[in-house]
Amino acid sequence: MTGEVAVLGAGMHPWGKWGRGFVEYGVTAARAALADAGLEWRDVGSIVGADTVRGGYPGYVAGATFAKALGWQGARVASVYAACASGAQAVAAARAQILAGLADVVLVVGADAAPKGFFRPAGGDRPDDPDWLRFRVLGATNPTYFGLYARRRMAVHGDTSEDFAQVKVKNSAMGALNPNARYRKRVTADEVAASAVVADPLRLLDICATSDGGAALVLSSMEFARRRGATAPVRIRAVSTVTPTYPNTVLDLPDIATDSAAAVEPTERTFRASIAHAAYQEAGIGPEDLSLAEVYDLSTALELQWYEDLGLCGEGEGAKLLREGATAAGGRIPVNMSGGLASFGEAVPAQAIAQVCELTWQLRGDAGQRQVEHARVGITANQGLFGHGSAVMAVR
Amino acid sequence: MVTGWFTGDGDDFTLLGTRCSVCASVFFPREDAHCRNPGCAGGELAEIPLSRRGRVWSYTDSRYRPPSPYVTDPELPWEPCTLIAVELAAERIVVLGQAVPGVTVADLTVGAEVEVVPGVLHEDGETVFTTWRWRPTGVTA
Ligand SMILES: [Zn+2]
Repeated sequence: MTGEVAVLGAGMHPWGKWGRGFVEYGVTAARAALADAGLEWRDVGSIVGADTVRGGYPGYVAGATFAKALGWQGARVASVYAACASGAQAVAAARAQILAGLADVVLVVGADAAPKGFFRPAGGDRPDDPDWLRFRVLGATNPTYFGLYARRRMAVHGDTSEDFAQVKVKNSAMGALNPNARYRKRVTADEVAASAVVADPLRLLDICATSDGGAALVLSSMEFARRRGATAPVRIRAVSTVTPTYPNTVLDLPDIATDSAAAVEPTERTFRASIAHAAYQEAGIGPEDLSLAEVYDLSTALELQWYEDLGLCGEGEGAKLLREGATAAGGRIPVNMSGGLASFGEAVPAQAIAQVCELTWQLRGDAGQRQVEHARVGITANQGLFGHGSAVMAVR
Repeated sequence: MVTGWFTGDGDDFTLLGTRCSVCASVFFPREDAHCRNPGCAGGELAEIPLSRRGRVWSYTDSRYRPPSPYVTDPELPWEPCTLIAVELAAERIVVLGQAVPGVTVADLTVGAEVEVVPGVLHEDGETVFTTWRWRPTGVTA
């Protein structure tokens, strides 16, 4: 099949609150991915970084920062900002370079040292920034949006707080088996219920934390992979990077209001569903073919929404799918076998790359105790601020 | 900060949006530069008042103090603040806002009717920052 690139290497810096700089996390992950690929940094023709903010102008940095830290060697460089989807769009940029023949081997790196507590916009009076406005005018943090989605699911689909808690129970059981995860402890439903309410109906243990962490991938052309003796590497078959379709009628972070549907009827698919749909179309693979999925469980309730948006079940049936055990280890379609953001926390530029690392290990059969048996096809899904969203499909 | 987002007092308080003269798309917060409907060649964007009443699409609260640029007095204990996303039927739009002080999540259900009223976001001695709030209808306080 044309349009595929090989995943030769995957690597991470363990996630946590380490108190060091993002460059160190990124370089550690990059060296791990290069070692996994059996390549030297000098073999890399291009580096793509998922952006983070460094205090001080010009602020957004990535690709060249990692290249400098690894040692200038003249590689092509790019940096990608797409909020929470930055990592996946860095993968997309790397893949496009390979398919265009601009590079044989591309190193993709994302890393961050996240602030404590709530994410917040950059300083200054910036009323032209919707992210700044929602904090300034409404005090609407990320968890409040997750709370709105969760409450809406309860009202429309009959989801319960117990359903949400079971997502955490499931993901923490997987995170306990993942040496790269920040949280390595199994959590019970009682512990979720006993944690403080952050944004009704969601509690502290329903919402993912902020973390430090790094993740990296070494991608190459199929021809290069064959030359290096990798006869059946994990392959990336699709990367969707779609924008919403007007009118976007689901209230999205960081907006204060939706688009109006007064003049134009909304399309059948919501933005989140269109992210997965584009990947399925590009890959020629449907949800029924999946072995596993890694999705952005920024909140427990949001993971249930992704089940529906990925087409793993019908609309409103996410909680039912969870209750049946279909998305747990050993189930029909395990979701977030890595432990998810529930176990990792958010290191924004790294997390979409980390999802692809997990797919890589799973599809190789290298996931240890988290291994999904006979894994052949995996999808990742993520969504970031300002209309960014991506899904990556990998196959073996 | 939010110049032209609302107008009036008391029962005359309304949110202000804009509407495209060609395709009739409505925008809030107001869009004054270009119509964002990709199927529209673009027309004049005229200011319009939004419906004063709508139905609760969803709601939540903020049990922890939001970070800046939200303005709060760190000397005072944080009082949880309720947020309501409201569906306006005529405009077919969902608008997020804070509830009036005293309304908690226990007072709300999805689908209940609310109306827009003026409120004070904060005062800094020189300036009173007015904002919009959602209040369940039938509640007067
Ligand atoms: Zn128009």
